[in-house]
Amino acid sequence: MRPFTYARPDDAGAAVAAVGADPGATFLAGGTNLLDHLKLGVAAPSSLVDLARVTSTEITELADGGLRIGAGALNSDVAAAPAVRRNYPALAQALLAGASGQLRNMATTGGNLLQRTRCAYFADTTTPCTKRDLSQPCSARGGWARYHAILGASERCIATHPSDMAVALVALDATVHVLGPSETGNGQGTRTIPITELYRLPGDDPTRDTVLHHGELVTAVDLPASPLAARSAYRKVRDRASYAFALVSVAAALEVRDGTVADVRLALGGVAHKPWRATRAEDALRGAPATDESYRAAARAELADAEPVDSPLGGNRFKLDLVVGTVTETLRRLAGEQHS
Amino acid sequence: MTVLDARVMGTSVRRVEGPDKVTGTARYAADQPVDAPLHLHPVQATVARGRVTGLDTAPARAVPGVVGNLTPDDAPRLADVGDPELVVLQDHEVHHRGQYVAAVLAETPEVAREAAGLVVVTYEDLPQTTAFDEHSPERHPAAVLANYAPPTSEIGDPDAALDAAAVTVRATYSTPVQHHSPMEPHTTIAAWDDDGAEHVVLYESSQGVAGARDTVAALFGLGEDDVEVASPHVGGGFGTKGALHAGTVLTVLAARTVPGRAVKRALSRREMFETVGHRPATVQHLALGASADGRLDAFTHDVVSSTARMEEFGEPTATGTRAMYAAPHRRTSHQLVPLDVDPPTYMRAPGEAPGSFGLECAMDELAVELGIDPIELRVRNEPEVHPESGVPFSTRNLVACLRRGAERFGWSSRPAEPRARLVDGWWHGTGVAAAMFPAIRFPGSTAVIRFRHGRYEVEIGATDIGQGARTVLTQIAADALGVPVDRIAVAIGDTALPQGTVAGGSSGTASWGSTITEAADRFRDKWGDDPEEGAEADAATPDNPWAGELSMAAYGAQFAEVAVHADTGEIRVPRLLGVYAAGRILNPTLARSQFLGGMVWGLSMALHEQSIVDPRFGHVINHDLAGYHIAAHADVREMEAEWIEEYDPYVNPMGSKGIGEIGIVGTAAAIANAAYHATGARVRSLPLDLFG
Repeated sequence: MRPFTYARPDDAGAAVAAVGADPGATFLAGGTNLLDHLKLGVAAPSSLVDLARVTSTEITELADGGLRIGAGALNSDVAAAPAVRRNYPALAQALLAGASGQLRNMATTGGNLLQRTRCAYFADTTTPCTKRDLSQPCSARGGWARYHAILGASERCIATHPSDMAVALVALDATVHVLGPSETGNGQGTRTIPITELYRLPGDDPTRDTVLHHGELVTAVDLPASPLAARSAYRKVRDRASYAFALVSVAAALEVRDGTVADVRLALGGVAHKPWRATRAEDALRGAPATDESYRAAARAELADAEPVDSPLGGNRFKLDLVVGTVTETLRRLAGEQHS
Repeated sequence: MTVLDARVMGTSVRRVEGPDKVTGTARYAADQPVDAPLHLHPVQATVARGRVTGLDTAPARAVPGVVGNLTPDDAPRLADVGDPELVVLQDHEVHHRGQYVAAVLAETPEVAREAAGLVVVTYEDLPQTTAFDEHSPERHPAAVLANYAPPTSEIGDPDAALDAAAVTVRATYSTPVQHHSPMEPHTTIAAWDDDGAEHVVLYESSQGVAGARDTVAALFGLGEDDVEVASPHVGGGFGTKGALHAGTVLTVLAARTVPGRAVKRALSRREMFETVGHRPATVQHLALGASADGRLDAFTHDVVSSTARMEEFGEPTATGTRAMYAAPHRRTSHQLVPLDVDPPTYMRAPGEAPGSFGLECAMDELAVELGIDPIELRVRNEPEVHPESGVPFSTRNLVACLRRGAERFGWSSRPAEPRARLVDGWWHGTGVAAAMFPAIRFPGSTAVIRFRHGRYEVEIGATDIGQGARTVLTQIAADALGVPVDRIAVAIGDTALPQGTVAGGSSGTASWGSTITEAADRFRDKWGDDPEEGAEADAATPDNPWAGELSMAAYGAQFAEVAVHADTGEIRVPRLLGVYAAGRILNPTLARSQFLGGMVWGLSMALHEQSIVDPRFGHVINHDLAGYHIAAHADVREMEAEWIEEYDPYVNPMGSKGIGEIGIVGTAAAIANAAYHATGARVRSLPLDLFG
């Protein structure tokens, strides 16, 4: 137990000001990740700023046909929203593939996006971890690396981002609205970040998972209007049928015309420090015949630079085939649904 | 021996404490009301082998709310009871990572934890080995097995017979370290008297209050009347709560320093992977030699398993194999590799669970090699008498279980070839395995029956760990006394009652029920059926006159359907069926729940459970229930248990055999065999993994 202060401001401006003023402060939303980390000693904030009265829980259809999801909207509510189920099925499926019913009833959209990457060594303060302390080595390399990254990792970190929801949002070209403290003292400012640019690869500094600055608050997520998104799906492969993090997951949207891939969106989970937009695979697929061979070739193209980790305690080389198999199955199913 | 007439035995009497449990009013150890308890938090070793060279507790003592601390230098002394695991804070040696090296007592759990984190410990760090390697130079034959069966058995010349056999299958199977992970962690409330008397009262989450009492009494040099232990409800044990572990000793030690105040401590989930035992890893070398028509000439089942350097535990992996099949030439053996870990212990059918994975997969491989149906292969090798001791079976209905299961499961339509059925992108296959679990009766219980206020009070220090002991003992007492169940009041789970043996080894109902039946006989002999107020009789567990004369065990057949995704390799188990022959089934509802529970253990063992020991640090790295997977509801699909009628007048007066663990035996093998049948890929290590 480490003492911290607790505040529950009434509006976003006050919340941003409170966190911005204290380098040790952090936002508290559903708490499903942060409270675990407080108990484990992974996080030790000086102050918690509770967003219960701050962030919107609304899910609003936008005039252009898109959708705005308040950062405070609960995962369970977003998954159940008719507009989400109808227009962005990959998002609803991803949410329902995550965590448990109890956790989804607590977890918020903003909190889900900003959950930390997962790694047993990161969560175990009795083992070294670069993400917790830049002066320490990475214990996952040479250790239990089954759940770890095959793409975009660095010597310093091979953790993966655990969010299912974020993988779907990355495939669906979502954008993230952020309110931040003023850097110049001239008042708070907003910015909009494409979700594909929200997350960082670990590089030399795995302590930061996103590009957000201290005190920046996610206020909403926008999904663009997209006929393609209505033909999307999320497929998660894990070590048990429920309540487990992804070994590999795939969010995809596919349009097939005359047996040819007219358009496609593809993102991978469980493979990298961030939800991985598979642009190489998308490029390979556009204009290609809608066949298993094309899907496999595209997945392999995405994995051209993959660096699986071998370990006596369980490596992740199996993910190479698993990505290919899961991508292929998901795209085949989406193509089949359009025929029928 | 006469078997009791059944009037309420065999009926689904509802669980006696069911309403208390579903309404949340049943009090588990941590729920017991005690005044202003103190809370304990341990300091745990961060090296796997070494010595504590320095301990600075001053920063901890400075935290407001801290009441005291314990270190090896100032903790009360304990007697040597010959169990190194229970030598807590008596010296500076570190035998495993996570070992308790100090503790802090405080007014709240939060303060205790905060303060414990401030204790500065320095170590002399010695070389440690925590990675299991069957080729370790420290490998040695097991001196003793955990079930006290001989560590080796050899009849004939198995190696020569294997070489000469028409068909031989040789394969190596492995099973990982697993942790019991009951929902309720080990919990202790301990309070010593404050009047100078050497007397301590414990609420303990335990599978046996008498054993807990005896251990605490021995450690602290007390008489058995000076230790009271109550364990009214237990949220799962699975073997880890059969004997005390260091955490309980630590709490009782701490309470010793604050007489008059209760100390309360529930282990963290992480400690459940560090200080309360585990199922050791096994590597099993199987060789089966048979004639072309599928009669075994010889087999060998040679096992290497992990143990702890600080205290040896011989997992009895291959002893179940000795009872299974006829073969003139045969060998089982057990070797151990010591590691710098906490001692392994009994877990969910110790021996039979991992051993049946090796043997029953090998039988499946032999069936494939011979081109004989795997059920038929087992039937052809059914022994007339116990194949090693030569004594007759009291009852043995393995073949009946296989036949009944085959009929219900639709075995006759099974394709002989693997990889024959693809449905909606999933390869489907089916598999079978045989199961056996010994029918055990432990001596050493006493039951008292007293007639008061028109009811028969039945007292025995048995334990209900969720299996339904309270309910089934009520039924047994009712039939033994010839009265309805509403005239029986069973009291268990407390050392204030006459001594009861441990709820372990699937022995409880047999041991306690035999004792109650004996006491009821005496009661009726003495008082007849119209007793006066206060009438009383007691009895100790009677010996079984057939012990040693007959081989007594429950048998079963496990059937599994497995689906493996053609694109991804995901494994699902859409169907499990267990058919058992376990004597008289005393309560069908509770029995079904026990069988299914055991089968879920087996499913979980087959697909999920694995403790990853990181040898660089020496501890289990997936030390929580997000990392250590147990089957979730979604993994448990269609699952059924049934049993065949079996009359066995030899096992005990109820005619019942223990059913707590047989559900796990063979289940992982049936699933692995089904996975092979689905895909054509044979996986010989658990948990099954068909990715990549």
